[in-house]
Amino acid sequence: MFRFMFLAGILLLTTLAALPASAADTVNVHIGFLQWKPDTGPVLSNVLPEPEDAGLRGAELAISDNSTTGKFMGHQYKLTARVADSEQAAISDFEKLQQQGIELFVVNVPASTLVTMMSKARPDTLVFNAGASDDALRTRECHTNLLHTIPSYAMLTDALSQWLQLRRWNKVFLITGPTPADVAWANAFRRSAKRFGVKIVKDKPWTFDADLRRTAAKELPLFTQGKDYDAVVVADVRGDFGEYVPFNTWLPRPVVGTQGMSPVAWHRVVESWGAAQLQSRFHDLAGRDMNSADYAAWAAVRSVGTAVTHLGQADASSIRQLIFSDRFQLAAFKGRKLNYRQWNGQLRQPIPLVHPRALVATAPFEGFIHSRTEMDTLGFDEPESMCRING
Amino acid sequence: MKSLLRKTALATLIGLSAPAMASLAYVSNEKDNTLSVIDTETMQVIDTIAVGARPRGILLSKDFTRLYICASDDDTVQVLDLATRKIVDTLPSGEDPEQFALHPNNKHLYIANEDDAIVTVVDVTTKDVLAQIDVGIEPEGMAVSPDGRWAVNTSETTSMLHWINTETFEIEKNIVIGQRPRHVEFSKDSRIAWASAEIGGTVHIIDVDKLEQIHQMSFKVPGVNQDRVQPVGIELTSDGKYAFVALGPANHVAVVDAQTYDVLDYLLVGSRVWQLDLNKDETRLYTTNGVSGDVSVIDLDDMKVIKSIKVGRYPWGVVIDPNS
Repeated sequence: MFRFMFLAGILLLTTLAALPASAADTVNVHIGFLQWKPDTGPVLSNVLPEPEDAGLRGAELAISDNSTTGKFMGHQYKLTARVADSEQAAISDFEKLQQQGIELFVVNVPASTLVTMMSKARPDTLVFNAGASDDALRTRECHTNLLHTIPSYAMLTDALSQWLQLRRWNKVFLITGPTPADVAWANAFRRSAKRFGVKIVKDKPWTFDADLRRTAAKELPLFTQGKDYDAVVVADVRGDFGEYVPFNTWLPRPVVGTQGMSPVAWHRVVESWGAAQLQSRFHDLAGRDMNSADYAAWAAVRSVGTAVTHLGQADASSIRQLIFSDRFQLAAFKGRKLNYRQWNGQLRQPIPLVHPRALVATAPFEGFIHSRTEMDTLGFDEPESMCRING
Repeated sequence: MKSLLRKTALATLIGLSAPAMASLAYVSNEKDNTLSVIDTETMQVIDTIAVGARPRGILLSKDFTRLYICASDDDTVQVLDLATRKIVDTLPSGEDPEQFALHPNNKHLYIANEDDAIVTVVDVTTKDVLAQIDVGIEPEGMAVSPDGRWAVNTSETTSMLHWINTETFEIEKNIVIGQRPRHVEFSKDSRIAWASAEIGGTVHIIDVDKLEQIHQMSFKVPGVNQDRVQPVGIELTSDGKYAFVALGPANHVAVVDAQTYDVLDYLLVGSRVWQLDLNKDETRLYTTNGVSGDVSVIDLDDMKVIKSIKVGRYPWGVVIDPNS
């Protein structure tokens, strides 16, 4: 009898301890999501269009993931999303939401827009870049309160070049499209090729303006004529002509880069490390597959959630401090704990190499070593970047 | 088949009088939709049984007559009759069952529904769903304390241990541990719970009376990058001496002194080691190695890996039937 009462006492105590935190303890976490994507113009391979809500749905899923955890801790998460139709509108949305008291933002806009936004950021505003891969944001145009969850072009092309070196396919034919993004991607690849011993035996800009759906089979073999190369690397970020390169090359060679086999932040075919569950949660929510923009937005909102779970508070400066401490680790379905680079705020992460129906490999690869973490063999290492956002 | 049956029957007979004898290990192959049956005496696969889609967690009924199988992609729990090796029944499980645990009453099955953030409790005799309990995102590990008082669920993305009262089916306590908790194992006396955190790289020791963490372990495997050290399965010897922790892509099993929590050794096994089980007299430990598609057998007298046995693709769970 005594024992029973003792047990009952313990049960009562633990029940009290388990009750949701009282209203006074409720932590409200309010995150702004901003998106503006300029029209990339007509593209040749328009058969399978990219989803228009890429990014936003990833942020929504992460809010729901955070809320499930939050309900056991008295933390409430709210997302205010604005999809703008011009750069001007995106910047004014940013200012308005700051005026409403929002300090945490996840942003999917071009790099130039992001730089303007950061010039209008309040001292405590913390921004996660979930859309712009431009290397300059990681090397020169850094900002103390700007973090990046989308991989830089350099991280993607380093992953690809490591793999080319691993396969000993180290003589490549590079085709670069005409847009600034194509040029930026190709520049990143040239840097990576040098870094990992891949030789660009031919470096040719794409200048054709014919409709390749009718003539790809005639034009591309001539365009890719060359004595020898192991692979063709395509830099066509918006997906204009690149889809027509595979199987139309002069030599029977694989196509890699922005088309063919691509380095990405995320893709439907990633399923290991519990990713199958994230994919299926996302599909239930959005009715489509999760892509890199969705993943970057998801990782940003989950970074906030992970920090708030630790801290029990939601002010941006405490969150920033925790994120850059050694206590922070993001479980993000890539088989390793992820955290942010101290010098430029880039989220370290493995990079999957995928083709449309399967995962080929995940970088970094064994043998590419780094004194800090192998993940720092991808992208700009501390000595290569001018950013020192943590002093 | 006939000779096999006879052998099993004979084995059962002998089993009544002589405890030290060969028994069978069952391994679920996640990407082959099969179970491999291993004779632990010869250490060879003697049968492969077709089961439902994406079999993961498996466990034995308390009387060792049935094997329960989480057929995750079929959204069901299958019941395999061990004497005939036939699926004889299915249980309602909720969506995407991954791991489960059977209460000592041999009736209440606690199932983690990974896609739905709930734990479903099913009475295996009546097939009634007794409760569905809201837990964190991606419920994964399930354990019931040997004294039957607590059911514990781990939620991977929420990073919590949810302590469920087995009489009321209500959560009484949530404990935040390292990132991506995978597995919980109770000591035989129900006083200590061991919980692994895969991404955190840690094992958390919980005092069950106080429901508080009393110790946190981490691991350092020589020559293995720290972020590849990802604890998953845990197995404890019943004498309270040792704990074994499967370290995932570090491809090692840690041997831990269960009293001092010191790591005594790291044993190299196959690629991405997931789950573990001890044989009846606790002289051998079997591990499933997901990526290399095999099972490693560790001899515990010498603490040496003595054999690897090829099974199906992505072996997930392993249980050894002490009674076969």
